[in-house]
Amino acid sequence: MSATTNRPLVHDLALARRRHLISQLGWIVCATTLAMLGVAICWILGMILIKGVSALSLKIFTAPTQGNGGGLLNAIEGTAVLAVGTLILAVPLGVAAGVYVAEFPVGPWAKTIRFFCDTLVGVPSIVLGYAGYVLLVQTLGWKFSAAAACVTLAMICLPYICRSSELAFAAISIDLREAAYALGAGERQVILFVLLPAATPGVLTGILLALSVSVGETAPLLYTAGWSNYLWNGRLFDSPIAYLTYAIWTFINEPSASANALAYAAALLVTSFVLVVSIASRLLIRPR
Amino acid sequence: MTSAALKASADAFAVRRPRLAKLLRRAPRFRDLLAVLGGAIPLGVVGVVAFLTIYAWPAVMLNGWGFVGGSEWNLGSTYADPIVTNGIPVLPGAHYAILFLIGGTLLSTAIAMIVAVPVGVGAAIFLAEAVPSWARLWLSLFVELLAAIPSVVFGLWGYAVLIPLVGKHIAPAMSLWLGWIPFLGGSPGNGYGLLAASLVLSLMIVPLITVTLRDAIVSQPDSLRETAAALGATRFETVWLVIMPGLRTVLIGACVLAIGRALGETMAVLMVSGNALGGLPSNIFGPVSTMASFIVSQLDSALTDPTGFAVRSLAEIALALCLMSIAVNTLARLLLSYANGGRP
Repeated sequence: MSATTNRPLVHDLALARRRHLISQLGWIVCATTLAMLGVAICWILGMILIKGVSALSLKIFTAPTQGNGGGLLNAIEGTAVLAVGTLILAVPLGVAAGVYVAEFPVGPWAKTIRFFCDTLVGVPSIVLGYAGYVLLVQTLGWKFSAAAACVTLAMICLPYICRSSELAFAAISIDLREAAYALGAGERQVILFVLLPAATPGVLTGILLALSVSVGETAPLLYTAGWSNYLWNGRLFDSPIAYLTYAIWTFINEPSASANALAYAAALLVTSFVLVVSIASRLLIRPR
Repeated sequence: MTSAALKASADAFAVRRPRLAKLLRRAPRFRDLLAVLGGAIPLGVVGVVAFLTIYAWPAVMLNGWGFVGGSEWNLGSTYADPIVTNGIPVLPGAHYAILFLIGGTLLSTAIAMIVAVPVGVGAAIFLAEAVPSWARLWLSLFVELLAAIPSVVFGLWGYAVLIPLVGKHIAPAMSLWLGWIPFLGGSPGNGYGLLAASLVLSLMIVPLITVTLRDAIVSQPDSLRETAAALGATRFETVWLVIMPGLRTVLIGACVLAIGRALGETMAVLMVSGNALGGLPSNIFGPVSTMASFIVSQLDSALTDPTGFAVRSLAEIALALCLMSIAVNTLARLLLSYANGGRP
């Protein structure tokens, strides 16, 4: 009866071989999945790069769109306007929220902010876009406008800025605060002149993320920004504004080759900008 | 009001609400400014949900439970005079029921998960355990790039590359070889449909699963690996049988997070799903609509309804989608914080 328990392990070569084989197979499967992901990424980026570069020309950067052709100057300018406007709205609000939550974490208001921040991350951008449409564009009568688009985008970006600011401030050693308060600095001085410089890389990460979101988003802009074939006229309300992602979505469905070329050029511009920004933000928080 | 009367009323206020009066009387601190600015987030979320609810309320009342109990999106006859029901003007023949949208959303998300979870888990294991640490940084960055690509660019790729591929090769082959499985047989369609939408969605959510899981695997203590190795386990057995079972909650949390993302995805789905109107596909190749993409594709036609009821019904979809996503994300957060030992 003790035959099985006394049997030395070496005798079970078949089992050892099978285990080895299964392990090898497991690694092969895992490597294949990673390779599949790599192929997909290269495929997407490669297609955008090849088709985008062949669609690029000087005209893209110098002329606004005309019907199915022309350039993308109006869209490039519009995207820049929307991104800047969004950051102007979202950065002070988001950083303030993050600092408050990190520095004064006890108390109901900090918990409330954190709870709603987490909730807002989960709200799909199209929901915020539709709310922006019915509330800002229709009910408040802002019409398709840069203001409606910026407010909507700012709502989408707020939680990212808040969260990364919170993490950046929370990571600062308590010694720094104690030293600053001991030297007689007030709350405002400690936060603005001692902690904020120390937290800058982390805060910047969130801002860069917000920047790439505001450049790459489409759905919430369709019914808040509208579209315009002209350069921005400087008005915040009542007049629609162009943006790059709309050009991708619309011009790829047009039958003419010149329109498709505009879509690919816009895709190249948006993708390369977003990728550069997100790589930059990764490098910022890389341990120095 | 004289200054004496003002003082008397201030005193009365201080007696009635002593804590509020004290709060108002003290000198404002910097944190008060932060608290007010930070209040934009709660205010915004509550505002959006409240406004959507108020705006959609006539539609919620009039559509009733039938809204989620059928599959029809019918504006009614746009040129006829509106009928007033319960004080709400509606076009005659209008009928709104979004079961096909809920079905389309759940189906595309489910198929995307079936594809994304094995790929995400495999890639995470390989990144965390098989790749030297200097290469891990770069390969991880590479995978994270996938998460940074905008949705509309995924849609563009789906439209230009995936649709012809699915329509000409993948769908006919699947229909021919796997047609005996229910839902995979029948007409392979033209490429636009559930399969293409799910494939694009799965690409968009894989990085979420991979990155979360990779971090969790890397952060597992080395003593686990050493113990398993000492007991004679191979390295793969160590990962698969020792480390992964301990990360079940993390994996589920990451999956729920990915589901939340897939539910609300709009542009990429809009560009490849075929945008069905009023019915679920008969097989995996058929056109489909999701709640998010439907809001975009139907707003233009909803605006032709002079009573505005169609726009309100779309707001009801947005509200339902919003509540659904919030519920899913809250669940994911709870799971992940539970897996981290209670820390958020």
